[in-house]
Amino acid sequence: MDYAFFIEVLVGGLLSGIMYSLVAIGFVLIYKSSGVFNFAQGTMLLLAALTFVSLTERMVNFWVAFAITLMIMVVLGIIIERTVMRPLANQSLLSLFMATVGLNYFLEGLAQGVWDSAVHGVNLGISNDPIFLIDKFPEMGLDIIVSYFDMAAAGIAGLMILGLSLFFTFTRTGLSLRAVSDDHLAAMAVGIPLSRIWAIVWAVTGVICLIAGLLWGDRVSVSFTLTSAVLKGLPVILIGGLTSIPGAIVGGLIIGASEKLGEIYVAEWIGGQGIEHWWAYTTALLFLMVRPTGIFGEKEIERV
Amino acid sequence: MFYREAGKLVGSFGKDRRMLPLLEDRWLAVLFVAFMYFVVTALASDYMFTAILIPIMVLGVATLGLNIAVGYTGQLSLGTAGFMCFGAFSAFNLILRIDWMTIPLAFFLSGMIAGGVGIIFGLPSLRIKGFYLIVSTLAAQFFAEWVFNAYPWFLNYTSSGVVSLPMHHYRVFPGQENTPFNAAFWHSSQGRYLVTLTVTILLVLACKNLVRSNTGRNWMAVRDMDIAAKVIGIPVAKTKLMAFFISTFYCGVAGAMYCYCYIGNLDFMIFNLRRSFLVMFMVIVGGLGSILGSFLGAIFVYAWPIVITRGSDFIFGGGAIDTAFIENNSKIVVGTIIIVLLIREPGGFAALWASSKQKLRVWPFAQ
Repeated sequence: MDYAFFIEVLVGGLLSGIMYSLVAIGFVLIYKSSGVFNFAQGTMLLLAALTFVSLTERMVNFWVAFAITLMIMVVLGIIIERTVMRPLANQSLLSLFMATVGLNYFLEGLAQGVWDSAVHGVNLGISNDPIFLIDKFPEMGLDIIVSYFDMAAAGIAGLMILGLSLFFTFTRTGLSLRAVSDDHLAAMAVGIPLSRIWAIVWAVTGVICLIAGLLWGDRVSVSFTLTSAVLKGLPVILIGGLTSIPGAIVGGLIIGASEKLGEIYVAEWIGGQGIEHWWAYTTALLFLMVRPTGIFGEKEIERV
Repeated sequence: MFYREAGKLVGSFGKDRRMLPLLEDRWLAVLFVAFMYFVVTALASDYMFTAILIPIMVLGVATLGLNIAVGYTGQLSLGTAGFMCFGAFSAFNLILRIDWMTIPLAFFLSGMIAGGVGIIFGLPSLRIKGFYLIVSTLAAQFFAEWVFNAYPWFLNYTSSGVVSLPMHHYRVFPGQENTPFNAAFWHSSQGRYLVTLTVTILLVLACKNLVRSNTGRNWMAVRDMDIAAKVIGIPVAKTKLMAFFISTFYCGVAGAMYCYCYIGNLDFMIFNLRRSFLVMFMVIVGGLGSILGSFLGAIFVYAWPIVITRGSDFIFGGGAIDTAFIENNSKIVVGTIIIVLLIREPGGFAALWASSKQKLRVWPFAQ
């Protein structure tokens, strides 16, 4: 086995895993704070990216477009909380899940109805050049190629996670958020306004969707296929545990690596390419068989 | 209703436990079945059969299958279309490769094969619970989409990826496929409709009896709380696997019917994740844990886009409006309806039906 090639595939996989983590973080935020498994995540990604692209195509300045889209996503998050989530409070988890699937349809129609369903390119100005590691760091002795874009995406993801964890640790809102995720009723009892917290969570998720949507859009183009990002995020959060942000990162790395390694080393002897979808889920399944609530997930204690 | 339970006494336990305790209900059921068999067959148009009745019944069976897993046993499954795919490909290959295979037997066996696959993908449910379980059924979904694409043997090496089912596949008795009656029967939409109707009725009766038997009660106990079920001595593992088997059996038969009775060709592309979600919607909209609801949900979710398209054609004139516009709007409308319905009536149409029945029962004396 070619050792350097293996490392290259592995690193490529880990870096693309970060892209999955980006999607997964939004999931985890919402699930943690409100117990909603938000299937509309992928479409929110599409909506954000499509709005941004359509604005820049209409000659709006990059940063103005970014600000407008940011505002739209925040308002959208608040509207979703008001009109969909609040009336459904205390319903079964399945109803909430299906409501987000309904929301998914709604946003899909809305995004493509307001803008269009064409394929757009988005250029964030991040170079897509490969980096030859042997040129930059000859002392490491690894003759492998790493994508500059993936490195940048990983950096942005890292910054975002840092920002989120600072927000959770040092602000009052962050503290209330942690309280809510710990126990709804207890949080309400000490006077934390639950609905406001949920609105904030949905708004923050909207922002995450914008960032993730732009990065994904730059990589795979902004079109309907962007909604399938949600399917990439699913095994990631399930491996990591639905309630853990570090879990989303670790899960992303595992899924990314396993997907690329599987595609290179396994696909040929079981009959061709395109295994990555079910391969990711099978990997997740194996991890869950060992730890049924994910690596960092909260273990539920059941009583009769 | 205008008839009530009051004053109707039964003389034996057998009569007390029958499927429809009220005489009027039984008569209505018989009349409904007779109506579907004779009046509809005689009067409905080709469009009605091929575009509305057959697909609704086929999807209704799939919905019923999913309802057994989700509504009765509480095991979340998003792989319905994948299991339908297994059923459809099993039926095709059984009939293609075995000379004496007949349609009814192939439908049954394809259900069994899909059921076997369902058991395999249901095994993780013994350890994984709640949302984490969707990983297993999604794996099944994507595995189905991949495996029938990666191995052309399943499609009999057809290059286009779509096989149109030849007429000699349609045989009720071996060797009879070329008789004029057989050809005429399967060529006509009435023939396919009657087959679909018969299979659907049989499966509904089986399900109705299953859910009031020991098996069904075990399912519901596991759904309500599996630890408690275990404590009172219900074999949880066996019950869950049984539910997965029967659920995927129904999906498998629905998949076989989808190809043989509805679209008349075989294509793995149609059994995609989107269809899984469509069936999930039918379950939610119809009502979790309700047989009637499964079909009401199938009717509603299937018919809405048609109503919207036809309605806009009628209002604005056919073809005047861009199809993408209609598609986007119908997505918005369907999404809104789902959310509103979940907020207003979480029990779905089945709960609406039950509450309106209750209102009629006490009408006009109380509100």
